[in-house]
Amino acid sequence: MAAVDAQNQPRRLGLAIALLAPITLVNLIVFIYPIINLLRISFNVALPGGGIGPEFTWENWVKLAEDSYYLEIVLRSVGVSLLITFLTLLCSYPIALFLHRYEGSWRTFFFVLVVSPLLTSAVVRTYGWVAVLADAGLINNVLSFFGAKSPTRLLYNATGIIIGLTEILMPYMILSLLAGFGRLDPRCEEAALTLGARPFQKFWRIVVPLTAPGIALGCLLCFVLALSSFITPRILGGGRVFLLATEIYDQAVVTLNWPAAGTLSILVLAIFGAALVVYTRALRSFD
Amino acid sequence: MENNIRWPLKVAVAILLLFLLVPVLIVIPLSFSNENTLRFPPSSWSLRWYGEFLADQRMLGAFRVSLVMAALVTSATLLIALPAAYVIVRLKTAGSEFLYNLFTSPLLLPTIVLGLAILIIFASAGLLGTYTGIALGHLVLTLPYALRILVTALGGAPIIIEEAAASLGARPFTVFRRITLPTIAPGLFSAGALSFLVSFDEVVITLFLAGPRVTTLPVEMFRRLDTRSDPMIAAISVLTISMTLLVVLIVHRSVGLTKSFGR
Repeated sequence: MAAVDAQNQPRRLGLAIALLAPITLVNLIVFIYPIINLLRISFNVALPGGGIGPEFTWENWVKLAEDSYYLEIVLRSVGVSLLITFLTLLCSYPIALFLHRYEGSWRTFFFVLVVSPLLTSAVVRTYGWVAVLADAGLINNVLSFFGAKSPTRLLYNATGIIIGLTEILMPYMILSLLAGFGRLDPRCEEAALTLGARPFQKFWRIVVPLTAPGIALGCLLCFVLALSSFITPRILGGGRVFLLATEIYDQAVVTLNWPAAGTLSILVLAIFGAALVVYTRALRSFD
Repeated sequence: MENNIRWPLKVAVAILLLFLLVPVLIVIPLSFSNENTLRFPPSSWSLRWYGEFLADQRMLGAFRVSLVMAALVTSATLLIALPAAYVIVRLKTAGSEFLYNLFTSPLLLPTIVLGLAILIIFASAGLLGTYTGIALGHLVLTLPYALRILVTALGGAPIIIEEAAASLGARPFTVFRRITLPTIAPGLFSAGALSFLVSFDEVVITLFLAGPRVTTLPVEMFRRLDTRSDPMIAAISVLTISMTLLVVLIVHRSVGLTKSFGR
């Protein structure tokens, strides 16, 4: 048998290579080469009209570090993303806890209800938020019914982006939390209560620490998605709130400064890396 | 066992679920608005925005492109991902795990970065605004999803039956066609459905790659929404949501939803 296997080895290898060739080719063309090229371009000069000079330069990175406009964008993006992550956690935790505890016959229904927004395109859900938040939208019409004189500006500013993205990221957070809730044993909660803990104490000292890995995963995911999402901030911000993702798009499509757009993209990836480091540190501290 | 959930939690969950669903639900009544601009609730109702969509050649063209693109991308995805999944699970070549991680890693990158990176390459290759270009851009996202589902499906299929068939004299391709393929059919089906939906809904990468002639529905919706927000977008949204629902229902009926989207 071993001899047959050895004889088949080269044929198996040939077959494996042939079967892997298409996916490798696609990944080389639209993933690996473009990303390497993007990294390289962040060290090239921009020529007018979308051109790229071949010579090596630190110019883009120096400009990024010195220009206070970019610093503001980075700080604003990180700040807004952190706030969105926190709000998403706050809004998702009760739902996840409910889904974890609920064992009735509507369980699948609730689960589908929570996941279904994931299957709706970002454009549609963002449009829904325009309808809710606009000057002539749902909230302002309700407010004016109760006697508000002028509409509250909820759209085309950071408020709109924060409300919209919080809702759009909730399904991701809920799924991450549920993945981490497996460790939550109802007997631990009962034990805490029999030992005299008040409900809030039980929640804070037992439930939260046990579900911390799920919280960390959800926060990582939502932060990363908030930082890099483009459609929702662009529409709900109305082009007036400058964030990393919208700036990348503007530099790439409007200004046609590809090296600048590339540099900002690499910076986004670097922030992703930093978030991942914080996440692994946090995970280690839970054990 | 419902009495372990106290009423404050129930109330909070009811409010939060409303918050979660309001932007999807509001689109339905809004699509029947008779107003010229976005106003909710509308003062009068009609079907005029559905009519305007059906009369809008640009939007209809984009809708056609989206359907063709999604069908194209779905077939290409399955043709490319299935052999790869087979190698990773069955042949277990050196570095199978590395390959799996590599081929699913595009999902870790933000689409805005992927879109920009592909734009720069395709601009000099003359692939901008072409079917090939946009389809390649969609494959970056659909391949990882399909690979994940197919690897799970293949990993769960019992290898003993395949070995039995082989020992009874079936050639490898016969074993694959008659034994392996039928056992992973549900996985294949959900991978196809998910690829279709991902391609049909993709916006950001397509935004970088679409041209004046070849453009997709989500991109045209975004461009329209970027300048004005009339109820036509609501009408189109209701149509696309219904389509998504139909796909999900078909998958649910034939495979079971939690099973097909479970990782």
